[in-house]
Amino acid sequence: MSPELKQIFKPSPILTPIQRNFCPGCTHGIIHRLVAECLEELQLAEKTVLVIPVGCATLSVDYFELDTIQASHGRAPAVATGVKRSNPDLFVVTYQGDGDLASIGTAEIVHAANRGEKITTIFVNNGIYGMTGGQMAPTTLIGWKTETSPYGREASREGNPIRISEMLSQLNGPAYIARTAVNSPKAVLGTKRAIKKAFTAQMKGLGFSLVEILSTCPTNWGFSPVQSLKRIDDETIPYYPLGEFKVVEGL
Amino acid sequence: MGEKILMKGAEVLGESAIKAGCRLFFGYPITPQNEAPSYMAKRLPEVGGVFVQAESEVAAINMLYGAAASGHRVMTSSSSPGISLMQEGISYIAGAQLPVVLVNVMRGGPGLGNIGPAQGDYFQSVKPGGNGDYHLITLAPMNLQEQIDLIYDAFELADEYRNPAMVLTDGLLGQIMEAVEFHREKDLASLPAKPWAATGINHRKKNLVSSFDLDYDRLEAINHQIQDKYRIVKEKEVRYESYFADDAEVILVAYGTTGRICKAVVDILRSEKYSVGLLRPISLWPFPEKILQQLAQKSTTKGFLVVELSAGQMVEDVKISVNGVKPVHFYGRMGGNVPSPKEIIDIINTIHWEGK
Repeated sequence: MSPELKQIFKPSPILTPIQRNFCPGCTHGIIHRLVAECLEELQLAEKTVLVIPVGCATLSVDYFELDTIQASHGRAPAVATGVKRSNPDLFVVTYQGDGDLASIGTAEIVHAANRGEKITTIFVNNGIYGMTGGQMAPTTLIGWKTETSPYGREASREGNPIRISEMLSQLNGPAYIARTAVNSPKAVLGTKRAIKKAFTAQMKGLGFSLVEILSTCPTNWGFSPVQSLKRIDDETIPYYPLGEFKVVEGL
Repeated sequence: MGEKILMKGAEVLGESAIKAGCRLFFGYPITPQNEAPSYMAKRLPEVGGVFVQAESEVAAINMLYGAAASGHRVMTSSSSPGISLMQEGISYIAGAQLPVVLVNVMRGGPGLGNIGPAQGDYFQSVKPGGNGDYHLITLAPMNLQEQIDLIYDAFELADEYRNPAMVLTDGLLGQIMEAVEFHREKDLASLPAKPWAATGINHRKKNLVSSFDLDYDRLEAINHQIQDKYRIVKEKEVRYESYFADDAEVILVAYGTTGRICKAVVDILRSEKYSVGLLRPISLWPFPEKILQQLAQKSTTKGFLVVELSAGQMVEDVKISVNGVKPVHFYGRMGGNVPSPKEIIDIINTIHWEGK
């Protein structure tokens, strides 16, 4: 590097420098960067255990320079409970998609939240199953066509999309619950602030924390990456409003 | 230690684990093993341990996965339907090569069945019940003193081979009270190091605990490594009790509660000068194949009678071992029923033993 040039930005050392296998336009990459930056800035990486789910995010077992545990479908909060209860000094993060967390794993997330487990969940909600090829999720919006709702989701047939953040915020166990997006630079910065706050809640031992991040799936939505980002504003956010749903005192 | 105390089977499970250096228990209520989690809920905080009542057996087994993945001795106990719910998690634990100890206090099945003693989960334990190629090191005690020893050993074996171990008991052993002695206690400082565990990267190379690999050749190589490990277990860890079996004409084969009853049968018949013996498998996996092969080859041996609290599960492994060399008969009770020694003696007498 020449002496006149100063490096002002670089990838987080917590991100393993290998090729990502996510689809073009997928926002997992942005969210990974934010998680890594927050762990780095809060100096948590050395004592972090990351619990990876089943779904597209399973690929992340290779993407973080963190001690990592690959959990079965939906059970990451139970695995994280086992880690945290046996090692209270560790910093424990689960990273889960909406099929994993909001469908097969509802019991585990509700009870981990209700017990106030001192773990943090990064909940990536794109309203569809990605890895398995575009099936309806509990979070799929009314009218959205998927492989298993080919005529569009109907409330009378498939029920209404489930709002996890609102639901969990009714419990006493959580210290911090927020919903954010990553479809604009401003939204990305907001998400980073929320992740940092969620991590701080765990650091302070205040209880369970979760950030629900509205994400895209250009491949299975059948939208271009740019159209996908716009769809978040047009369709997703009106049903899943952004904001903080639970912030306990002391945070 | 060193003194006999009267304890209930399910409570013995808990104290045995503590004596083996286990300080973590995750479980869910199910009869007939409820005294085990109750005991741990009360006892673990006294020794600096942690008890968590999980929201389900599914969550409990995944809590075990997390605790074991981060380097700790951990146990759960449950009973048949609860163990069924844990099968996916057990498969992940075996795939990720984690040491945990599981106790199945078997009850009558299938389905909800009842809370009586049964041995209908033999297949599920030793074949075993989850997806993929794996085995549980499976140990079956016949009384509470042996249960203490086998739980201690299960923790040691699980750590040594990085594999889940199952202690298979039943509703009778869970509920009886016996005088027991805890003669071994693990020094916590001597617990084995687990350099593979996820404990925070802490300036070393990343540790990944996983059963997942998209690459066919790598996953096959991991499977080969697991199978190599199982070959060593089969060579080194077979356990059984041979009770007057060496020169017996009729050899009973039974484990756990039925093994204990059959031992009484042998005593009764030997006192009446009948040539009857017992081969009692203690490790159900690895199964004591070789000794059964040897007994089958003996000219004195006329045949085998396998007795189980099932429709006939272990009898299949006995038949594989005996390999047609001598006849293998079966007698089983189900639904929570336990045969009396007289019932078994009557069965022995109704069988036509070649050359008798």
